[in-house]
Amino acid sequence: MFAFILSRVLQSLPVLFTVALISFAMFAYVGDPVAIMLGQDFTEAQRQALVKDLGLDQPFWVQFATFLGNAVQGEFGLSYRLSRPVADLIAERAPATLELALTAATLALLIGVPMGVYTGLYRNSWLSRFFLTFSLVGVSLPTFLIGILLILVFAVWLGVLPSFGRGDTVKIGWWSTGFLTWTGIKALILPSITLGLFQLTLIMRLVRAEMLEVLRVDYIKFARARGLPNRAVHFGHALKNTLVPVITIVGLQLGAIIAFAIVTETVFQWPGMGLLFIQSVNQADIPVMAAYLLLISALFVTINLIVDLLYYAVDPRLRIGRGQGAH
Amino acid sequence: MSGQNPLLEVRHLRVEFPTRRGTLVALDDVSFTIAAGEVLGVVGESGAGKSMTGAAIIGLLEPPGRIAGGEIRLDGKRIDNLRYEDMRRIRGKDIGAIFQDPLTTLNPLYTVGRQLAETMTTHLPITPAEARKRAIGWLDLVGIPAAAQRIDSYPHEFSGGMRQRVVIALALCAEPRLIVADEPTTALDVSIQAQIIALLKSLAREKGTAMMLVTHDMGVIAETADRVAVMYAGRIAEIGPVRNVVKQASHPYTVGLMGSIPPLDRRVERLAQIDGAMPRLSAIPKGCAYNPRCPKSFARCAQDRPDLLPAGPTQAACWLYADGEGAKNV
Repeated sequence: MFAFILSRVLQSLPVLFTVALISFAMFAYVGDPVAIMLGQDFTEAQRQALVKDLGLDQPFWVQFATFLGNAVQGEFGLSYRLSRPVADLIAERAPATLELALTAATLALLIGVPMGVYTGLYRNSWLSRFFLTFSLVGVSLPTFLIGILLILVFAVWLGVLPSFGRGDTVKIGWWSTGFLTWTGIKALILPSITLGLFQLTLIMRLVRAEMLEVLRVDYIKFARARGLPNRAVHFGHALKNTLVPVITIVGLQLGAIIAFAIVTETVFQWPGMGLLFIQSVNQADIPVMAAYLLLISALFVTINLIVDLLYYAVDPRLRIGRGQGAH
Repeated sequence: MSGQNPLLEVRHLRVEFPTRRGTLVALDDVSFTIAAGEVLGVVGESGAGKSMTGAAIIGLLEPPGRIAGGEIRLDGKRIDNLRYEDMRRIRGKDIGAIFQDPLTTLNPLYTVGRQLAETMTTHLPITPAEARKRAIGWLDLVGIPAAAQRIDSYPHEFSGGMRQRVVIALALCAEPRLIVADEPTTALDVSIQAQIIALLKSLAREKGTAMMLVTHDMGVIAETADRVAVMYAGRIAEIGPVRNVVKQASHPYTVGLMGSIPPLDRRVERLAQIDGAMPRLSAIPKGCAYNPRCPKSFARCAQDRPDLLPAGPTQAACWLYADGEGAKNV
């Protein structure tokens, strides 16, 4: 087990290296931070000093090596825009994004899976048809539109939920949470629905398709022939067999939720990493962007590792060859 | 429970499949009985309705298939019109089932012990610990070596033959009185087939379990069954004691079927066959369904449909026996 995890971690190193290289290279040629930082009036001497200060006069490879060496130590340099350590900025923003993503993913799972099971089992009922039609909306409407519509209805017309921000937060160590205050929870509702709706409908459709597939299989028929109660057949035998593809998709989507919360965070002015990223893009704040991309790729690698481990937990057939297979 | 009633009684069973192009009749007027402890073999070509009959008895017809007429009685009580939940309690408990392909019949995600225990705790008033103990006993009984160790193995850790033994244990573990075995050896190696059949036969005898054995293997039938029903195009063509059906068949179709088993004791130039193919359900001919292929057909065969008529020791759905004496005028 430990050897497996170790080998996967080692495999992920080239991935992370490549992402670091690409993101760094891309940003090195995008925009000129010096011009943005200096503003309208500056002397050539000031410009020279800043370039030297930022290390931009060094060759590309030296800059990259410095960046990489610092990144390994958790040091991503100073933000050009805010002149503060990038690590601090991200640590400050991460709780907001992670709490939003977690809420959205939980929502998508807790609602999407049961809806998928239901529509798979009773595929001709009117409720199933309603769910399916509804899911088309979720799949096809763009996120920003859903967000704006929700703001229009719940914040502008009904006036029951806030249209922007996180509400009040409570500090636990360096982590700031919105889960513990009433305004924090209220502020979470609209953004998490906006962010989770697509995932919810995706999960529902996936679970439904997998259920339809599995319900036709012989061992389900045999489970019925053994007289097992419907609940055991549907959830114990059928749903469990749909889990491998569902875990795969949910894992990847969780990564996507965190990485691409950008749109939702912009619509709701959510003070998370996505908003930080967008602001950094506007100002060509390379250290922040590079660190963000690196962080996201590390996140995906971690999620993939967890997904792989879950496969082993769910499907015993994958455990062969680890000293347990008998003949 | 009176001793008069047969264990299973199927009367005038009719199964239909509504399709867009009209209703297909998959089973038509199928009647037979199985006595307690008896083994009824059911043979016929693919699509003759053998498996469909089994599925109808355990109440698991694939939708949109449905029982459109007739009745099925277990111990004299109708079971064809029960609600799903009531029928579920009968499945596994009173009627066990064995399917064709042991590689796909077991849930790959659970150990065989768990699947056995789950079946038993569903139907019998026993604790999980007791169920586990019995599960080991059953694995031992069906010939799994080192049952106590193998109980926590997953299905993929067993060979095909061993998996079918597990399936047999699963079908028998709640001690049903009837087993519907749908081609239990078709998917297995020939060398394993005999073992599985011998196992089924001895367990059924030991437990006094009746069995409906669906197969297209006449050898299996001859060896195992007490009586045999020959099916053709959704109907029973002939039914009777296995010795008579195999050795002195009455229905021309049975004669053809038996004749097409290649003899092992002499060389033949050409293997015998029945010309033509069984009609599709959408194009069953008028009169006797077999008449276009029948070497002995005459005018009446294309007009009226024969019911099962006494034909010596067996009953055959054939106008050759219309004189009512059951004399063999073949």
